Amino acid sequence: MIWQVVLGLWMAAVVIASFLYVPPAVGLGELGRIIIYHVPAAWIAVLAYLMAMVNSITYLRNGDVRLDRQAKINNELGTVFCILATITGAIWSKASWGMYWNWDPRQTSIAVLLLIYAAYFVLRGAISDTDRRARLAAVYSVLAFITVPFLVFIVPRVYASLHPDYIGRGKMQIDGRMLRVFLASLAGFTGLYAWLYRIQARLETLLYRMQIKREA
Amino acid sequence: MPTRLSAWLKAGIPVLQKDLRVEFRTRYAYSALVMFAVTTLVTVSFSIGGATLEVDIAASLLWIILFFSAMAGLSRSFVQEEEAGTVVALKLAADPEPVYFGKLFFNVVLLFSLAALVVPLFLVLLNLTVAMPLYFLLVVAMGCLGLAGVTTILAAIVSKAGAKGSLLTVLAFPVLLPLLIGAINATRSALAGVPAAYLRPDLNLLFFYNGIAVIASLLLFEYVWNE
Repeated sequence: MIWQVVLGLWMAAVVIASFLYVPPAVGLGELGRIIIYHVPAAWIAVLAYLMAMVNSITYLRNGDVRLDRQAKINNELGTVFCILATITGAIWSKASWGMYWNWDPRQTSIAVLLLIYAAYFVLRGAISDTDRRARLAAVYSVLAFITVPFLVFIVPRVYASLHPDYIGRGKMQIDGRMLRVFLASLAGFTGLYAWLYRIQARLETLLYRMQIKREA
Repeated sequence: MPTRLSAWLKAGIPVLQKDLRVEFRTRYAYSALVMFAVTTLVTVSFSIGGATLEVDIAASLLWIILFFSAMAGLSRSFVQEEEAGTVVALKLAADPEPVYFGKLFFNVVLLFSLAALVVPLFLVLLNLTVAMPLYFLLVVAMGCLGLAGVTTILAAIVSKAGAKGSLLTVLAFPVLLPLLIGAINATRSALAGVPAAYLRPDLNLLFFYNGIAVIASLLLFEYVWNE
């Protein structure tokens, strides 16, 4: 309980700071503030998908059904944050490039990412047998994550993108206050992810127990 | 490890031969592939009625045709095992990895023979000239390898999921998209003719995508195949 309060206050402070404390960014002006929400959302999406892949590999190795539930939750959360990153990205795109969607390589790759994980849920829905669903979904989840580096890191580099890109491109010019709030937001989003994950895990476990009880 | 890989490859050959023999008897998968491709091609060619397409559109069309044809035929090798009830016999006869290689080779053979028929037809019907023929062939070959590489394991998944009609397309399209982006871009360059150095990034993308797809499928196939 105490952690939820801390998290709530923390996120509220990040939101306030992002508008009042952070100065307008060089070159981007007031638009630069969206970095504080857009980048952490994208980061959590990749983190959750990565966790889902780890869960899936471990599931394939030892066959623990709990891991299948965890992989499902992680893929769900990843998709939620991916949608958030897509929406904030589209808003930013409208403001700085003039249109919400222009199939920039970066937008293409995030749209495909959403499609991949939508297909994951279609696959889950198509199989009724629990064991078989867990196994096939785990295999697909691993296969799907393999394309993530291509989409997130390679395609936007090979094809000219308008998206600003700092990872692995030397030093970035960023204001100290902006950086502090950005890192705080990153921590806040990660906390939010951990909290959502725990709620979902409890829910899924309860649903699973209920199903066992009903079948018994 | 290298000795095991070559043993798997060697043991995959009989699986390929078996699948080819079955295919020669019915010609179901190949006719499905070819009919799908030719129908689409004729529709496109008919509807544009002799107008010359721009290179960008032609390159995308070629890969749309190849992709959807692959979806129409490539799941056959696994679905047919399930339908005929020969899965158990195949499981007894071979390890998962040789089965994977056998099916992969079979799908590659299917797609290559499809491409050998459709690509010339495509060039003739759409009245295209290829500026860089060798690169064009290389790109088509690598694209087909990638299509087969990813589709093989997805076909195995779909056959275990009860062979639901459109499931393969739904699963394959997003996973194959990085490959298709690379292949379409490279095809466009090869059709239009660009300095060879511009093709390098696309070819690298195709090469590494294929490599990773095949290795991952090989590692994961066992879990789909044995249950």
